[in-house]
Amino acid sequence: MKKFNIFCISIISVLLLNINAKEVFIEPGPNEHERLQEAMILLQEGDILTIKSGYYSFEDGLSLDVSKVTVRGEGMDKTILDFKNQKSGAQGLLVTSNQVILENFSIMDAKGDALKVIGSKGISMLNLKTEWTGGPKSTNGAYGFYPVESEDVLIDGCVAIGASDAGIYVGQSKNIIVRNSVAQYNVAGIEIENSYYADVYDNLASHNTAGILVFDLPDLPQQGGHHIRVFDNQAIDNDTDNFAPEGNIVGEVPRGTGIIVMANSDVEIFNNVMSGNGTVNLSIVSYSDETDDKNYYPHPKKIQVHNNTYGPSGFDPDLETGDLAKALYEISAGDMPDIFWDGVVPLSQMILGQPKEERLVLNEEDTTSFLTISPIKYMLGFSSPIRTDIKEFEGKITPLESISIKTF
Amino acid sequence: MKKIFSYFFIFLYCSNLYSVNDNLILAESFPEKLSEFEFFLDDSAQLPNEKVIPYELISTLFSDYSYKQRWVYVPGNKKAKYVENWVFDFPTGSALIKTFYYPVDERAPELGKQLLETRLLLRKESGWEAVSYAWNEEQNEAYKKIAGKTINAEWTDFMGEEKTVRYRVPNVNQCKECHDADDKISPIGPKARNINKKFDFKDGEFNQLVYWMNREIIDDYPMDLISPVDWTDETKDINDRVRSYLDVNCGHCHSPTGNANSTGLYLHLNETRDINLGIFKKPVATGRGSGGYKYSIVPGKPEESILLYRMESMDPGVMMPESGRALTHKEAVEMVRDWIYGL
Repeated sequence: MKKFNIFCISIISVLLLNINAKEVFIEPGPNEHERLQEAMILLQEGDILTIKSGYYSFEDGLSLDVSKVTVRGEGMDKTILDFKNQKSGAQGLLVTSNQVILENFSIMDAKGDALKVIGSKGISMLNLKTEWTGGPKSTNGAYGFYPVESEDVLIDGCVAIGASDAGIYVGQSKNIIVRNSVAQYNVAGIEIENSYYADVYDNLASHNTAGILVFDLPDLPQQGGHHIRVFDNQAIDNDTDNFAPEGNIVGEVPRGTGIIVMANSDVEIFNNVMSGNGTVNLSIVSYSDETDDKNYYPHPKKIQVHNNTYGPSGFDPDLETGDLAKALYEISAGDMPDIFWDGVVPLSQMILGQPKEERLVLNEEDTTSFLTISPIKYMLGFSSPIRTDIKEFEGKITPLESISIKTF
Repeated sequence: MKKIFSYFFIFLYCSNLYSVNDNLILAESFPEKLSEFEFFLDDSAQLPNEKVIPYELISTLFSDYSYKQRWVYVPGNKKAKYVENWVFDFPTGSALIKTFYYPVDERAPELGKQLLETRLLLRKESGWEAVSYAWNEEQNEAYKKIAGKTINAEWTDFMGEEKTVRYRVPNVNQCKECHDADDKISPIGPKARNINKKFDFKDGEFNQLVYWMNREIIDDYPMDLISPVDWTDETKDINDRVRSYLDVNCGHCHSPTGNANSTGLYLHLNETRDINLGIFKKPVATGRGSGGYKYSIVPGKPEESILLYRMESMDPGVMMPESGRALTHKEAVEMVRDWIYGL
């Protein structure tokens, strides 16, 4: 009976919603920016704004600040919002409201970020495309999809091409799903940074500098990234030279990296295909720059890696970018592994060992090559500070719970 | 009977003439025309209603070299409450009014001015709301512009140089982007510390806080108020001048409660931590906004400091602030350059 009541209530609320909701249409033509921007401002809860198929060219950015609305195009290759003549606005489209659905349009050649979402509780980005059409260039905007400080973030069926930082970037957010999406020719394909509870699956990250990044950085309002699952993805053929402007952390990432985990805890990486990555397929590292942030933990812990498929890697290491590839190349004497862990742990753990529950677990095929360094041995000048036996890291997998997000 | 009616209408007319339209301030939607509020006895001359009081800030936000005139309106017998380190808590029905204009020629005020827009912050029952009215070409009325407007403006500067600018009237969302504090719209300027200066009122020169007390629109202000310095005052310490400038130009977004809090770069007056002020702070999600540099501020090296690079830039994907600026504020850039050089 209770269930039935809830059912009735939801039917009624759907009906109420429909009574109040209106649908607004925008077509290309004179004053298209003003018409679209005004429509976005005047939307009310429950409304649907349809941007009819066509090519729109804008000189100013767009923004949406109304909650519980849908803004949709008529297909990512049909409704094209072009910002190459942009004269003002730091992004193509900025969203600052809650329970918003964006779907079926493209944002092209924004001067800054393509689609930025700040502080939204409930944002669904479905079948959208962000692209810089001139190929990988450091003058391209930083991010394609850029939700930050948001909750219940869904990115599904999207395409991100040419971002000079990350194609799909989720920062300082909670409850995140990124799936069925394609990220190509970006510096980082998909990046989850300083975030909690994310599922990243069924994505293709190829021809980026690096495929998928799970990072945590210091000196930010939200840090301590954890509970991230990366599974059923293809991180393959990431072979684009790093074109990030200097100063950005992804500028340090070597070309030809499949997946990188940096300074997060509770990360599970499984059932992915990593192949064709010229430097390394999977890299697990600490944050290596100095920081005075006492609340920041710079090392990865509780990382579980299992049942992934590894194709060729390490055949074209990028010794020009950052220190990682160079160091790895030297340590491995040119025999680059599929999986690399830098082995860096807090000093006390170097001496006493890591707590069992925090250790890296690698349950992979015997054919998977692996390399890690014992920093103590390395510092003391031992002749063989490296370990390459992946069997030493076998252990019990404790699966992380899947992420459920509120969708609207 | 007819006579009574006509008296009644004359009475209505007169009362309208002399009082602000309080109902419109509180109304759910904004009227089409600025004149409907009756903030001004003469709109095009910007001659304010008796209860609409002009004020100035010690340091102001740069808006493409435009000039600004500000007024405050507090209805009836109400008062705004003093709040420490924050803007006065204005009562429902209050309005903050700001008109932007360029003089035709900065050297010759008698040549008149081009009114661009009048921005309003209206204190409704539910909180503050922001809207802007753009002036028409005839300069006799300003019309509501929900989606903003582009005005190609020109003026002659103090050096006799012809200046042009693609001036943007902000849309309603852009108003919020800067006026956002903890997800609510808030005024930025009228903090007690920012208005603690003399102003030449039509009835004489007074400290603005004293005047506001006398006009009974605020309840209190502290005697030992520490105010920011006027950043243009070269007799003052450069550190104080820069912090004052950064506070009013950047601090509303770059603060823990502002829109840019995710960056960890905080430039409001109360920030004391070097790293959060940008000193050897790495960019987070800056992209090409970094300009290829590694830190927001490198002491002694302005040419390697991202903060200065973004202040100078006119590229929408790089420049700071993100909106409200199309030109570089050369004088401020020089000052910040000197400051970083001396750090």
